[in-house]
Amino acid sequence: MADLSINLAGIQSPNPFWLASAPPTNSGYQVQRAFEAGWGGAVWKTLGEPIINVTSRFAGLHFGGQRVFGFNNIELITDKPLEVNLKEMDETKKRFPKHTLIASLMVEHKQEAWHEIVKKVEAIGVDGLELNFGCPHGMAERGMGSAVGQHPDLIRQQVEWVKEVAQTPVIVKLTPNITDIRFTARAASLGGADAISMINTINSLIGVDLDRWLPIPHVDGKGAHGGYCGPAVKPIALNMVAECARDAQVGVPISGIGGISNWRDAVEFLLMGATGVQVCTAAMHHGFRIVEDMIDGLNNYLDQRGISSVMDIVGKAVPTYSDWGHLNLNYKVVARIHEETCINCNKCHIACEDTSHQCIDILKDEATGAERLVVREEDCVGCNLCSIVCPVEGTIEMVEIPSDLPPLSWNQRQAALAAKGTAET
Amino acid sequence: MGVPHDLQSSFKEVVPALKPKEAIDEANRCLYCYDAPCIKACPTSIDIPSFIKKISTGNLFGSARTIMDSNPVGASCARVCPTEELCEGACVLNHASKPIMIGLLQRHATDWAIQNKANLFQKGEANGKSVAIIGAGPAGLSAARELARLGYQVTVYEAKEKAGGLNTYGIVSFRLPQEISLWEVEQIEELGVEIKTNTQIGIDVSAEELLANFDSVLLAAGMGNVPDLQIEGENLEGVLDAITLVEETKTQALTDKMVGKKVVVIGAGNTAIDAATCSKRLGADNVQILYRRTVNEMSCYQFEYEFAKQDEVEFRWLVAPSRVIGEGGTVKGLELIRMELGEPDAKGRKRPVPVPGSEFVIEVDFVVKAIGQKRLVPLIDAFHLEHNKGIVEVEDGTYRTSNPKVFAAGDIIFGGGKTDAMVVDAANHGRRAAHAIHQTLTDQKQPV
Repeated sequence: MADLSINLAGIQSPNPFWLASAPPTNSGYQVQRAFEAGWGGAVWKTLGEPIINVTSRFAGLHFGGQRVFGFNNIELITDKPLEVNLKEMDETKKRFPKHTLIASLMVEHKQEAWHEIVKKVEAIGVDGLELNFGCPHGMAERGMGSAVGQHPDLIRQQVEWVKEVAQTPVIVKLTPNITDIRFTARAASLGGADAISMINTINSLIGVDLDRWLPIPHVDGKGAHGGYCGPAVKPIALNMVAECARDAQVGVPISGIGGISNWRDAVEFLLMGATGVQVCTAAMHHGFRIVEDMIDGLNNYLDQRGISSVMDIVGKAVPTYSDWGHLNLNYKVVARIHEETCINCNKCHIACEDTSHQCIDILKDEATGAERLVVREEDCVGCNLCSIVCPVEGTIEMVEIPSDLPPLSWNQRQAALAAKGTAET
Repeated sequence: MGVPHDLQSSFKEVVPALKPKEAIDEANRCLYCYDAPCIKACPTSIDIPSFIKKISTGNLFGSARTIMDSNPVGASCARVCPTEELCEGACVLNHASKPIMIGLLQRHATDWAIQNKANLFQKGEANGKSVAIIGAGPAGLSAARELARLGYQVTVYEAKEKAGGLNTYGIVSFRLPQEISLWEVEQIEELGVEIKTNTQIGIDVSAEELLANFDSVLLAAGMGNVPDLQIEGENLEGVLDAITLVEETKTQALTDKMVGKKVVVIGAGNTAIDAATCSKRLGADNVQILYRRTVNEMSCYQFEYEFAKQDEVEFRWLVAPSRVIGEGGTVKGLELIRMELGEPDAKGRKRPVPVPGSEFVIEVDFVVKAIGQKRLVPLIDAFHLEHNKGIVEVEDGTYRTSNPKVFAAGDIIFGGGKTDAMVVDAANHGRRAAHAIHQTLTDQKQPV
C-alpha cells in the first residue's frame, strides 16, 4: 500500500482526493458523508454574505448517449448564515480531525471584510483557506469571484489582506475566464499565496431549448451564463495547471481542479504538477462512493510501479511540457494499421481522405474481394487523426521512423538562420 | 376440452420493439462506417449508417425517410429480413464486439413514422404516362411507389381483398402484424396509386386490355398456393396448405380446431416453419416438421429454425410422406418412408433417395403441406411471355420480358437459390424494374 497522503503547502491530507467547493460541500451532513466514503478533504461551499439562489440552476451536456459530458450551474455561494456554516464545520472537524477541511471565502473588496471572515473561520480550526476568485456567474456581477480573478492587481491586494491575518495556508482559486492564467497565478504568488487552485468554472451557455427557444437552464423564461465544468473541461484545466507548474514566477503548489472523474485523471494532474486534486461534477453525477475506485486505482497504480508515495509523482511530467518552438522538427511518426484487429470500418480512410493528408488507401483483393486499409507512409504526416477515429484501440499504431537528422527545433532553426542572416518568418 | 391458452395473445408480435433508450444507446454504438458493408449487404442498399445516425440525433422523420426511400416495404423488412445473413451479418462490429441491431433500429424508425402518421413522400408531377402493375405484393408496391414519385399514373391489380401480398397474408402475425404491411400500402396509395383489389387478370380484366391501355405493364404477381404432394389420401379433411393456414390466421377469427391435436408439416422452408409455429400457437399438442433431407439442407433461415425450436416444434429428418391415412374422411395417420441422401442435384443439394421397405405409420390429425409454391403459368401465358417452368425470363438488369412492353419482378422471376426469395429482394426488383420502365418510356420520348 503506497502512502497516499499529501502535503499541499503545509496542509496535510490523508489522500489527494478533495471535494471542491460546490454543492456537494454545502453542509456538515454532506461533508461528513463524504469523509465516511473516503474523501481526504473538502473545501466547504464558499462562505460570504448569504445569497438568494434561483431555480433552476444546473444543466448537463450529454454527448453520444453519455450523460454529463459537461455540466454547468448558476448557483451562487452559500445561502446560509455564516454562524450556521461555522457550527457545522466545527462539528465536522471535531468528528474527522484527520481529514482536511478548507474554508472557501468570498467577500467584498474590503480589507476589514477579509480580516473578519478569516479570523472567524480559523477560530473553528480549519486546515486552510481558499479564496474564491473564480466564480464566473452572479457573484462576478457584484464585483467578486471571477471579477477579481480577472485582475492581477485585485488578486494581489486581496491575498495580501488575507495574509495579514491568516494563520493557516492560503490557497487562491483562479478563474479560467482569462487570456493567460499565469498572470493571475503570479499575482497570487506575489501577494503571498501559499498555493493556487485551478480551474474554477468556465463561462458557458450549455444549450438552447429547440422547442421553446429558451436558454438551458432558464429561470422563468430568462437565462444567464453559467460556470462550465465536468469531463469536457479537463484538457483546459490540465493545460492551465501545467502552464503554471512550469512557470518559475508562479512557484507555489497547485491544487488541480477541472473534470477529474477517476484516478487516471488524477494521476495526469499530479504528473503535470498538481499536489492533490479537487472533484465536483463526478461526485454530483455518481455520488461520493466514486472515491473508492479513485483511491484503489491510484494505490494500485503506484504499487504496480513500486512508487512508495503519491508525492513522488507530483510534477514528474512537467519538464516534458514545453513551447511549440522547442519541439523537434526532425521527429517523425507514421500510422501503421494492424490488419489482424482492423474491422474495416474505413473511418481512418475517410477521415484522412476528407480532412487530413489523403494517405490511407482501401486496397481490394480482386480475387477474394477482401479489402485492406493501407497507409502510404511516404505521404503520412503522422498527425494521429486515423488512430484517434479508429474504434478498435491499438489497431492503428503511430510508429516512430528513425531520422538521420539530429533533433532541431524551430527556435534552434531560426537561431541558426539568424546567425546566417537569413531568418524566415 | 377447453382452450389451453389464449390463442389471440399468442399471435401478437413476439419480438418487442426497442425502448427509446435502447434505441438511442444502440444508435450511438453504430460506428457510422464509411462505405459501410451493411449497405452493400442490403439488397435495397438502404443507407444504414445514415438512418442510424438520424436516430441518434432525434431526426426520426429523416431516418424513416432514408429507410423507406430505398425500400418501400422497409417497415415489413425491419421485421422479416434475415438480418444476420444480411446487414447485421456484415456489420464490422461482429469482429470487435456485437453487431448493431439494425433490424430493430429500422423498426424503431419506421414505427415512429407509423405512429406519427408521417407523410414521407410526395407524388411526382404527372408525366402523362401510365403503368399497370399486376400484384400488390412487395415487388409490385415498390415499383408502384417509385413510378408514382416519377409522375406516372399507376394502377395496381390485386387478386386478393387487400394489398400487401405475402406481407399482408403470408407471414405470420407474430412476426409481422398485418397493420404494418397495410401502412406501407397506404403510403403508396397516398401518392395517387390506384389499387384495384379483388381483381384477377384473365378473369376480371384481360391481359390484352392492359397492354392496350397502359404504356407499360409490370408483372409482379408472385406465386400461387402449395402444390399437391401427389400421394394417396391428399383430399382427406385435415390436409392443409401452409399458405392458406397462415392466411386464415391473419384474415379470420382464430379457431380451436388444432387444440390438443397432432400436426405434421411437410417441408423445411420458411413457410413450413411459419405453418408449424402457427399450428403450435393454435393450440396443437405436438407439431413435427418432416423433411426428406437433413438439417444441413433445410432452406429456412437459421433464426427461423431457432424460433421453431423455441416453440417446441419437433424436427424429423430423412422422411417423406407416402400415404395419408384417413378414417371417415378425416386424417388419422401418415405413412412415411425413410430417405437417405444421394448425389447432389442441380442446386447442389444432396438428392434424397427412398429406402425401400422402410415405410412406417405415425398418428396425426393434420398434415400441412409446405413444399413450395405453384407457378402462375396461366397468367404468364396470358401475356405470351417466355418462361422456364413458370419462371418468367427477363433481360438481365432491365427486368424486361420477351414482350418489350411487359416487365416482371419479384417471385415470378425468382429462379430459386438455396433459400426462398426474400421480401427485400422483391422490393429491390420492384424498384429496379420501375426505374427500367422509366428509362424505357423516357427514351421513347426522345426524338430519334
